[in-house]
Amino acid sequence: MSTQAPAPDQMSLSTSALLPTPAAAPDQTSAPAFAFAQVAMSASSHVPAHAAASPGGRVFPALTGARPAWRRRFANRFAAIVAAAGCLAALIPLGFLLAAVVSRGAARFDLAFITQTMRGVIGAGGGALHAIVGTVFITAATICFSVPLGLAAAIYLVEYGRGKLARTVTFLVDVMTGIPSIVAGLFAYALLSLLLGPGVRSGLAGALALSLLMTPVVIRASEEMLRLVPDDLREAACALGVGKHRVITQVILPTALSGLVSAVMLGVARIVGETAPLLLVAGFTDSMNLNLADGRMATLPVYIYSQWQNKGLDAAAYDNRAWTAALLLIGFVLILNLLARLAGRLFAPGAKRHARAS
Amino acid sequence: MSLTTDRLEMGPVAGSASAHSGTALADPSAPLSGVPYAGLPDPGLPAPRPRIGLATRRSRRDRLAELAAQKTAAGAGWAIVVILAGVLVFLLVQGWPALAAGADDLPAHASDFWTLAGPLAFGSLWASALALSLAAPIAIAVALAITQYAPRRLRTALGGAIDLLAAVPSVVYGLWGLMTVAPLLARVYPWLTAHLGWLPFFAGQPSASGRTILTAAIILALMVVPIMAAVCREVFVRAPASSAEAAYALGATRWETIRLAVLPFARSGIISGAMLGLGRALGETMAVAMVLSPTPFLVTFHLVESSNPNTVAAFIAQTFPEAHGLETSALIALGLILFALTFAVNAAARRVAARAAGK
Amino acid sequence: MKHASIVKIKLIFSFATVFAVAAGCSAVEDNPDEGVSSGASAGTLSGVLAGGGASSQTAAQEAWRAGFQAANLDVTVDYDPTGSGTGRTNFADGGYAFAGTDAPFTAAEAAGSFATCASGSGLVEIPAYISPIAVAFNLDGVDSLRLDAVVIADIFAGRLTSWNDPAIAALNPGANLPDTAITPVHRSDKSGTTENFTDYLVQTAPTAWTFAAAEAWPAELKGEAAEKTQGVRQTIAATAGAIGYLDASQASGLGTAELKVGDGYVAYSPEAAAAAVGKSSLEAGRAAFDVVVDIDRTLSDGDVYPLVLVSYLVACERYADPAAGSLAKAYLEYVISAEGQQAAAEHAGSAPITADPALAPKAAAAVAAIA
Repeated sequence: MSTQAPAPDQMSLSTSALLPTPAAAPDQTSAPAFAFAQVAMSASSHVPAHAAASPGGRVFPALTGARPAWRRRFANRFAAIVAAAGCLAALIPLGFLLAAVVSRGAARFDLAFITQTMRGVIGAGGGALHAIVGTVFITAATICFSVPLGLAAAIYLVEYGRGKLARTVTFLVDVMTGIPSIVAGLFAYALLSLLLGPGVRSGLAGALALSLLMTPVVIRASEEMLRLVPDDLREAACALGVGKHRVITQVILPTALSGLVSAVMLGVARIVGETAPLLLVAGFTDSMNLNLADGRMATLPVYIYSQWQNKGLDAAAYDNRAWTAALLLIGFVLILNLLARLAGRLFAPGAKRHARAS
Repeated sequence: MSLTTDRLEMGPVAGSASAHSGTALADPSAPLSGVPYAGLPDPGLPAPRPRIGLATRRSRRDRLAELAAQKTAAGAGWAIVVILAGVLVFLLVQGWPALAAGADDLPAHASDFWTLAGPLAFGSLWASALALSLAAPIAIAVALAITQYAPRRLRTALGGAIDLLAAVPSVVYGLWGLMTVAPLLARVYPWLTAHLGWLPFFAGQPSASGRTILTAAIILALMVVPIMAAVCREVFVRAPASSAEAAYALGATRWETIRLAVLPFARSGIISGAMLGLGRALGETMAVAMVLSPTPFLVTFHLVESSNPNTVAAFIAQTFPEAHGLETSALIALGLILFALTFAVNAAARRVAARAAGK
Repeated sequence: MKHASIVKIKLIFSFATVFAVAAGCSAVEDNPDEGVSSGASAGTLSGVLAGGGASSQTAAQEAWRAGFQAANLDVTVDYDPTGSGTGRTNFADGGYAFAGTDAPFTAAEAAGSFATCASGSGLVEIPAYISPIAVAFNLDGVDSLRLDAVVIADIFAGRLTSWNDPAIAALNPGANLPDTAITPVHRSDKSGTTENFTDYLVQTAPTAWTFAAAEAWPAELKGEAAEKTQGVRQTIAATAGAIGYLDASQASGLGTAELKVGDGYVAYSPEAAAAAVGKSSLEAGRAAFDVVVDIDRTLSDGDVYPLVLVSYLVACERYADPAAGSLAKAYLEYVISAEGQQAAAEHAGSAPITADPALAPKAAAAVAAIA
């Protein structure tokens, strides 16, 4: 891996070929995992000060010959080391976390766990089928609520929004990211109690509460992705006289697709582990419920929490179930992530060009 | 079908693209700031009459679709306004009575609502600030490593691994933090107080259990990193290749290229990602509630003691199940406080971003 | 061209999604959930009985649900462990057909009206779950200690800071007490366990413990706080020198204290806990079927363990929805039966109420009064 040419990816092939690519630098082959420490081309002294301007007009004042080469080389290497250290700082805890979940979750990772519910189970045994089904249903419903709304709102903010409404929406989306999950649950509960009478509990109510949490994440993230679509594309399309909605659906959305997919996945990750609001509005049950619109529905996070928190005398059985459910939940998000990325890649125009984005 | 000519009445779509692109070219920083495309329709300028191709064949169906698209987008905007207004009204109506409540009715027998809310707001901000200051450098480093340094094959794996951090539910973070991280850090904290105790942060009696606000912030940071890194990654990848190419062509090292051609372009995206992460940190309930050892009404900057300021979200979760009457109102009003906090922080960040972009 | 068609497909898909969701939403409104969807029919019970509240009862409720559902295959009983306060609120709002709570309704509240009940109906409250609270600690090589209320109060108020303090050593002659620092652990959430623990200190060590008995730990005291029973358990287990209070069923693996009662010391056990409840009197000024125990923690008999939690089940004498009434009655009958109490004892480590000759008939009479 480390022998791969470290040509910067932003460059098109032709340009990078023109550069004095340091692929052959001797220290390159010894770089451990990444083609990190790439020593600079020592061309700096040829570049007159302040003359380094990009086509876009940005001036690179720092690219002057005033700095000694060793300092630049050191800074470059140091940055690479910092990037690697950052990765390690994130990956090492992840490794420990996953090891903990896998080792503790392995005890009950069996067929019974994904084919049985907890109905009638006391102590050991039982499974989480009802919670798995509930999580899939509620997550799907939440996506159905949040993604169309969030995406449309993001499109509005980026492509149409001006004036008071846009400012208000931006303001409100900011505020919305700060909704504590339990308040979302309270709101959904109060709203549905008002509409449908007291004591209402359903998977759909849970999805409603979760949508309040997911929508702002989807809006904020996809707004960012839509803004990244170069204006040249918009202008080129408009110059052809294409209607704006076509520019959006045929140029902007496809271009931003991989980013939008990751925006949606951010939203899903935000809500899939939520416990408190679901306990309030989707309730807690041992039994299977296939009807999103009526009755309590268990979900994996609520299952994990209640298995861990409310143990009987046979505490180990509860612990094992909780960790196995955690393992399943992580697996569920992973699968969803993979599917979304696959979809993003399949639908993206010029799949090769955008593959690096994922 | 009615053809052509009606382009002038087409509102937001109407041409004037040339005028717009003119300004865009004159201002190369346009994509960095604000809404790049929103200024498009300019009724003052006559649209260039189309000569060829697509434009002349705009049908009524097309116009209807255009209208529908515009209305749908605006409708979504309105929907957000209505939903949020609903939530705000709900919180205000339900939370209002607590503002006038006295010690007998408030959680923890606070003498008045603000005595209760102040320290909690401090705790939320303090924990989130700690978490963000830990997470931001890591997230940026991770995003740079993935987009700029790592070989392509490793890149996907690395990205997937970081995404995995986001896939871990907060209950599991809470469990792991309580069972593994806190006992581990409990061995480090006495060393910190012994050697860095002259810093006010590490003063005091180190916690024997390790369940301090620093531990909670570390867990929160792990939850924030994938969110921030995901946004940063997308932004870095889309930094204009031309600038990077120019930098390389002028002999810039990789780091210089990143510093000059990638990071400036990504600034607003980085701040946006940080805000998303901050939203998560401020609103995080379960993990903090499980890991942190809180003391009511406490305001302290000490990081490694047994007594820590609580956060708003965790306090709501811990008190709500047994609350009734005005206590519930107070908790809902606390939710409102969290709203206000998030907004204040976001507004400040937007201002910083705008200033940075304008410079 | 290929892109265009894909985009169209996606557009169609997203519109279809919007419509499907809209349709789904309108479908919900036809399905109000009243806690009970259908009721008893000719002899056999069927339907959903929804309740919730105190999380302390969760494990016992699991045993009761399993037993009851095994006997009534068409019935589903749900119990949301959302907390006592939420349980009471939901019951009063009509959301739950029955509620579990560590703190019963006050006499004044009980005289009010409840949406779940028929108008004019009285309230039924029975002690259904009796469980000892253990004072547990983590001290290398020490499995059991003898403590009295004053020492416990001093420890939790932060006045005793080392395990080899003379006050502790005096109660435990011969015990090998290290000079480890004491880390008292209390609950960070509001809980019935905290209320019963502080009530024990208030009643038995009023001079040493100057705070009120309450669900929330006194705000004046600093120290280690942990969320819920498992948070306390985990913190004690991971911290050398820690001491805390928690439901005795979860104290296995930790050292536990024998409490000074009269002149002797009593270890926790379901029997001793049941005796403490049985020897206490009922709270005065309550209606006939509102059976609330006023626990006397100062008994000096050698067989009572005074640090005990009583959790109640709340129901109506007459229900607004008769179907809910017959389900609730059948379920509560099972709960206080010898079989139900035995199941809870085996699974959740609680003390069977049936062991107490005074209390059991009163609870049975209250349940029988449900119409």
